[in-house]
Amino acid sequence: MTIKLKTPISEEEIRNLKIGDTVLLSGVIVTARDQAHKLMVEEKPEFIRPYLKESVVYHCGPVVRKDENGNWQFVSAGPTTSAREEPYQSIVIGEYNVRGVIGKGGMGPKTAEGLKKYGAVYFHAVGGAGTLIANRVKRVLDVFKLEEFGTPEAFWVIEVEDFPLVVTVDAHGNSMHKEILEKSSKIAEELINKNV
Amino acid sequence: MQLKEAFLELIRRAATDLPPDVEAVLQKAYEKEDDNTPAKNVFATILENVKLARKQSTPICQDTGSLVFYIDYPEGGKERDYRQAIEWATVEATNRQYLRPNSVDPVTGKNSGNNLGVNAPYIHFHQWDRDEVRVRLLLKGGGSENVGSQYKLPHPPLNAGRDLKGVRKVVIDAVKNAQGLGCAPGTIGIGLGGGRDTSYSLSKEQFFRKIGQRNQDPELARFEEQLLEELNQLEIGPMGFGGKTTVLDVFVGKQARHPATYYVSVSYNCWAFRRKTMTIKNGEVRYDD
Ligand code: SF4
Repeated sequence: MTIKLKTPISEEEIRNLKIGDTVLLSGVIVTARDQAHKLMVEEKPEFIRPYLKESVVYHCGPVVRKDENGNWQFVSAGPTTSAREEPYQSIVIGEYNVRGVIGKGGMGPKTAEGLKKYGAVYFHAVGGAGTLIANRVKRVLDVFKLEEFGTPEAFWVIEVEDFPLVVTVDAHGNSMHKEILEKSSKIAEELINKNV
Repeated sequence: MQLKEAFLELIRRAATDLPPDVEAVLQKAYEKEDDNTPAKNVFATILENVKLARKQSTPICQDTGSLVFYIDYPEGGKERDYRQAIEWATVEATNRQYLRPNSVDPVTGKNSGNNLGVNAPYIHFHQWDRDEVRVRLLLKGGGSENVGSQYKLPHPPLNAGRDLKGVRKVVIDAVKNAQGLGCAPGTIGIGLGGGRDTSYSLSKEQFFRKIGQRNQDPELARFEEQLLEELNQLEIGPMGFGGKTTVLDVFVGKQARHPATYYVSVSYNCWAFRRKTMTIKNGEVRYDD
């Protein structure tokens, strides 16, 4: 079953989600990669606070362009590997009251702890689906640190509609990544020992 | 068409138009999954994405990868001409958003902004006897490059010896370790033999094959089929969400090894398997997948 969610998201809505749930997300969210996360932890900037409250951080370095009217447009915008934000993520979730993180590949134990503590989940987007996801970005509301960080690393404040996601780490400490790793490791071991 | 424009079109096609053989195998994978599973939804999203990218002429994935060119050219051709045309086309493709700037200096950390740099794009030249030029292009994603690995046989932790049985073991291990991180389901390129460098090169050259194109050596062809079947038993599934398709295909290549060494290189290509070929004969350009 597909669950529709819209930012701002309440803690209750988030705590109801479990791993394997398919979600279509709408509303305002913010892209952030390495430099943005570093900044949020080290300097805790205020400019991004209103957009992150009860909203979602998206690990993404988009391809963008300006349309004829000078407005920003997302051209291709799939998720990037989340593991790089592991040192920062939990702090960012707590500091800015974030309800979800979107990326690919899952994250480590520190983030899982943070998700549980503050009431947030990890959403996995479809890696490589850059064009489709860009099509679900309806509007670019604002961009911060574009000059300083460059296009992929800037904070892009975007409005999305029906962004397809799967919950892979929930707010109760369950991780689909852990489950699949354990299961596939067992199968691999059996295959390897089969000695064909 | 001028040479440089021909290259620009080649890059555009590679970044925006997934080869039909890859799309077909993704479609099959979609049909195999049970309804209402994350795996089925992922394949639906992937397939829709592929169609949209082709229609809009926008990058399938925002990571448009590293550019790897293999050029076979007839006698009398000048490498410099091809290189110049490629560099122009690369800059122009970046300006037109077919490519994302992906060339970073490892010392200064600076992104050149136009995909040029030392050995970027990477161009492999080869002169041949035919009277035509063949250009093969691979856009190799960074996330999937990160999950490639190289083994030295024997590999005692897995009890893997210096034969195909040993190779089988380390390949299963490599794909298990990759999980969904290289945007599974991937295509697996395997290089047997050679030195460390040529072993990896051979594993990547396999990606110029089409899905289902088996090795001409019957023993290796059977080995590829066996691996394809067994790796899909791992049930890692698309994106690592679990499912029936973990790899799309397996290609194995071999080359001579030194008696003292036995390398097995495993390269991983994400589902966004972007390869295109261009042939130029008598001034006419033909594109192929
Ligand atoms: S691994 Fe491939 S599909 Fe995934 S983000 Fe990188 S280039 Fe795109």
